[in-house]
Amino acid sequence: METIRKADIYQKKRARNLVLHLHPIKLRKETIRFQLTFGLGGMSALLFLLQVFTGILLRFSYVASPAEAYDSILAIENDIFFGQFVRNIHHWSGILFVIITFLHLIRTFYTGAFYYKRRWNWIIGICLMILVVFSNFTGYLLPWDQLAFWAITVSTSMLQYVPLAGNWLVEFVRGGVDVNASTLLIFYNFHTAILPITIVILMVFHFWRVRKAGGVVVSENSSNEMAPSDPDLVLKELVTGIVLLAFIFLLSVFFNAPLLERADPAFSPNPAKAPWYFMGIQELLMHFHPFVSAILIPLLFVIGLIWLPFLKFDRQYEGIWFFNEKGKKLAVLATIVSFFIVTIAILISEFLINFEGWLPSLPLIISSGLIPLFLVATFLFILMYFIKKQYRTDTSELILFLMTFIIVAYVVFSIVAIFFRGPGMQLMWPWNT
Amino acid sequence: MFSPGKKKSTANSPFIKTAGLVDEIAPGTVLPFKNGQFYLVRYADGGFLALSLICTHLGCSISWNSKEDQFVCPCHASAFDNKGNVMSPPAPRALDTYKVIIEDGVVKVDTGHKIKRKRFEKSDLVYA
Repeated sequence: METIRKADIYQKKRARNLVLHLHPIKLRKETIRFQLTFGLGGMSALLFLLQVFTGILLRFSYVASPAEAYDSILAIENDIFFGQFVRNIHHWSGILFVIITFLHLIRTFYTGAFYYKRRWNWIIGICLMILVVFSNFTGYLLPWDQLAFWAITVSTSMLQYVPLAGNWLVEFVRGGVDVNASTLLIFYNFHTAILPITIVILMVFHFWRVRKAGGVVVSENSSNEMAPSDPDLVLKELVTGIVLLAFIFLLSVFFNAPLLERADPAFSPNPAKAPWYFMGIQELLMHFHPFVSAILIPLLFVIGLIWLPFLKFDRQYEGIWFFNEKGKKLAVLATIVSFFIVTIAILISEFLINFEGWLPSLPLIISSGLIPLFLVATFLFILMYFIKKQYRTDTSELILFLMTFIIVAYVVFSIVAIFFRGPGMQLMWPWNT
Repeated sequence: MFSPGKKKSTANSPFIKTAGLVDEIAPGTVLPFKNGQFYLVRYADGGFLALSLICTHLGCSISWNSKEDQFVCPCHASAFDNKGNVMSPPAPRALDTYKVIIEDGVVKVDTGHKIKRKRFEKSDLVYA
């Protein structure tokens, strides 16, 4: 009797030790306030584990060849016990993984967790965000249905507009001229081996650098009161994790992952749409030359994000949402301004502007690419100048305004492309699409 | 007399698709060969052209709209005329073509190699 109890306690101790190895024994009470982080980083980690777990299960049945992929998905859905459920979990948690990591990125920005000592972790975080998006993107092709085939055809075609190396890049990524058996194998290998392994390696660095920076970002004015991570933090993590899992399970019980007809390379569905997180870019494609919308603008955005922590800041606002009172006002203002300006700009560009028609002698890349881009850049510059003068902002506050403007703009672009574009990508009301 | 190597190159290559007899394809027709990934067009003057059905914008497959006499792309609404020229953007250039070979009254299309072009030229056409 006595020996069993001892072993039992020993086991519990070991489990605790494992948890405590991931956390410091004590941490500042402020860092475990739920409203500071909303547990988004932890949720991302849990979603990754869930993806790996369900992904391995799916791998037992999935066959990565054009002839068999679609049938193997049908078999998973119809013949395998709980197969549909596992596929649903993988699908929904894959979508949530993109959303939650993006929210986590936004959280670290708005709570000022990117300055100096956290700058490398900010960059690792951006790399992880990109890897998560590519994980989802490579997985998108695997069912080999019409949705998968055409979304990947359209998205990989965007690469042809990279100057000089465009055509080579498309063929390199696809392993051929068109999306074919090699593409499927390449995407499968990235999806199930290269990307997850890279994510694991970067995640380890990501966690380590949080510890190295002295834990989660907190305001310098917050109290120094300490709390034991077990149970104060561990309990919160456990509850957050269970709620998230319950939410995904419920979603997966009631809503099946989509599966259209088998892929048909000779017939594009109308309209053919990219994966939802690239829909904002697809909307940009309606207004700019592909080089500008699919290559230049996303590239500039990522470069801007990486550059951010290396700017010169007069003041650092750490651990307070939206930096200060002025920051809160600016965020609301940017949201409203961006929403209206972008909506109006889409309508103007759709119905009034036609640079390629007005300037037929110029190459398309200038008339429908660089000229509109220059106009947008000039507008943004004037807007920023006005905000800086009117609100006497410092660098952080000005960037908060710009970042909010861009994020809201991307959300508006995505909503328009997902809900307001019907056959032929024509603009129309959602109930008519 | 016959060079076996030469004959092999047109008859046995998996990329050479037989489209039909010259006499059976009336001028003014647009024939889809979706498995071969092309449209075979014969114009009023008797010239042949094989147009790739991959839209030059982002790679969706176009289809022929006989009512409006144009090829349309379902993805971003590009439109092309029956010679493959861009009628409405965003497509940046005319549809790619494949080489048309006419041997012994039979029309064949070499789908092994896509020919890129900015716009239609008279020299793109092949006559029987």
